[in-house]
Amino acid sequence: MAETGTRPKLAVWKFASCDGCQLSLLDCEDELLAVAGAVEIAYFLEATRAEVAGPYDLSLVEGSITTAHDAARIKAIRQASKRLITIGACATAGGIQALRNFADVRDFISIVYARPDYIETLATSTAIAEHVKVDFELRGCPVNKHQLLEVLAAFLRGRQPATPGHSVCVECKQRGNVCVMVAHGTPCLGPVTHAGCGAICPAYDRGCYGCFGPMESPNMAALNHWLARLGVDQPTIARLYGTFNVNAEPFRAESQRHGG
Amino acid sequence: MVTSGDAYVILPAALDGLIQALRADYRVLGPTVQASAIVYDELTGLADLPRGWTDEQAGGHYRLRRRDDGALFGYVVGPQSWKQFLHQPVQPLWRARQSEDGVTFEPPPTPARPLAFIGVRACERRAIAIQDRVLLEGSFADAHYAARRAEAFIVAVNCGQAGGTCFCVSMGTGPKVEDGFDLALTELDPAGEHRLLVEVGSERGGRLMAGLPQRPATAADRDAAEAAVARAASQMGRAMPAVDVPAVLARNLEHPRWAEVAERCLTCGNCTMVCPTCFCTTVEEDLDLAPDQAGRTRKWASCFTLDFSYIHGGSVRQSGRSRYRQWLTHKLATWHDQFGSSGCVGCGRCIAWCPVGIDLTEEVQAIAASEQG
Ligand code: SF4
Ligand code: SF4
Ligand code: SF4
Repeated sequence: MAETGTRPKLAVWKFASCDGCQLSLLDCEDELLAVAGAVEIAYFLEATRAEVAGPYDLSLVEGSITTAHDAARIKAIRQASKRLITIGACATAGGIQALRNFADVRDFISIVYARPDYIETLATSTAIAEHVKVDFELRGCPVNKHQLLEVLAAFLRGRQPATPGHSVCVECKQRGNVCVMVAHGTPCLGPVTHAGCGAICPAYDRGCYGCFGPMESPNMAALNHWLARLGVDQPTIARLYGTFNVNAEPFRAESQRHGG
Repeated sequence: MVTSGDAYVILPAALDGLIQALRADYRVLGPTVQASAIVYDELTGLADLPRGWTDEQAGGHYRLRRRDDGALFGYVVGPQSWKQFLHQPVQPLWRARQSEDGVTFEPPPTPARPLAFIGVRACERRAIAIQDRVLLEGSFADAHYAARRAEAFIVAVNCGQAGGTCFCVSMGTGPKVEDGFDLALTELDPAGEHRLLVEVGSERGGRLMAGLPQRPATAADRDAAEAAVARAASQMGRAMPAVDVPAVLARNLEHPRWAEVAERCLTCGNCTMVCPTCFCTTVEEDLDLAPDQAGRTRKWASCFTLDFSYIHGGSVRQSGRSRYRQWLTHKLATWHDQFGSSGCVGCGRCIAWCPVGIDLTEEVQAIAASEQG
């Protein structure tokens, strides 16, 4: 917490990511003024060009580590930050770009870039917590804007954020959704996925895609057994887990085991 | 003069009059078809009822199916129960504001109109009685539940058929609603001389009935209603084993079956959310960026989460085994000690809506059978 009378200095940093999580903050239109009143936005290139040197009371970090330069930069940011919170699947798990961890990154580069020799990159995409100490991880691809504000509010009050680690199913039922797996036979990752989105996909008759990564006690074997009964084949199971949180255990193991 | 205990016969069309009459004073809730399921929601008239639909239920399986008649209540129980409205999933508790004059508290808004439920099954009526016991009749009455429960008007429906996951007969909770209703309907002969037998259970139920086109029930109507309920009783898809369940569970807290069921259990919490008697909640601080405001909101909680048993130093029930055992032994055994009855009314929701079809009657059976060696 900041001393009375001064607003805590907030910095928002970007690593390998799509910017979607930072944009969630700008998307908080109704609350943005309250945020700006509660913290001093010292570094946030998406929103303002003004830069204030550290140290920062709170750093929000989006994105994963994919270059040697970024691996060094995150260490400097950690040193300049009293508290460091990672936001989104890239920062907490390596993101969709962590698919490179299971292939040869040079193959991707040669397909994507006209001049592969200009590209300098690491062979892996990894979570921020694999490089520096992280005080809190906020899940999601992208993060939920209400949860992002909750994390900020909790930081300001010095309390634990209410971002429960239970299944999406709990939110799904609180919302009054009809379970798509039971009532429609639609494969759903909700039972093994961390809550936070408010069970959006089941509310629109889609199975959960697992955007928030593994829940607190995921029983992968039990769900996979049932998915197979619903007629989901092995490669499809591998693809279900091989998305934004492919580098988060146990999604990683399942995606690999089923031939991802 | 229509009095309590009388029985009448109405035609299906008269239900529209019933709904409209209730709508004058109540928010009327009842079965509708939504997202391929029977979902309790606001009713505006007869046309909202699931005419000609039924449901097929098994472990982890629910499908809406067409009937070949025009039955209005030809399904059993759906994904949610009346708990959705009486003990709401998300309940604001209070808001507070700080000013120069001190702190002022604002209570949450109370429901504008009392609730009327159409289509309350025997198991569901019993579940409401259990939640009354827990939330109103203990040392502390829950004001939010009380406010919604107090005036609630109940139109019960006796089941004329049972579902694949029903086991009310073995729990002694159905399929006939014995008491605690304003009106109780039994749907008769939906493929032929379609009509409903209406029993009057309260004075206000009688007043409402008097305003509907009706005739007194004959002995033949009463026989047909009894036959319908008997048919449902004979169709139970499941049964709770006829053993002293609390004693069997209490003797088997270390039974290997708990570990076996934990291999299948997702610890997802669906069973507790759909159970019409589960009442546990957690309280969250409202999100407030402004320093002069605060609030609290209560949400349904589940004994399947780690937070549920979190105390200083960590969660007490780490394993799926201990969490499943907590749910089952509370529901079926220690509930008796705490509240004087079983916590299960045999509605079968936890079986159908468990994404992997775990069946509590099967678990009890496995443990009980192992004792008989
Ligand atoms: S739809 Fe998915 S998230 Fe919702 S209860 Fe069913 S399995 Fe869980
Ligand atoms: S334990 Fe299952 S069958 Fe019993 S009342 Fe709860 S949901 Fe219904
Ligand atoms: S018994 Fe079924 S519904 Fe209940 S927590 Fe386990 S998997 Fe989920």
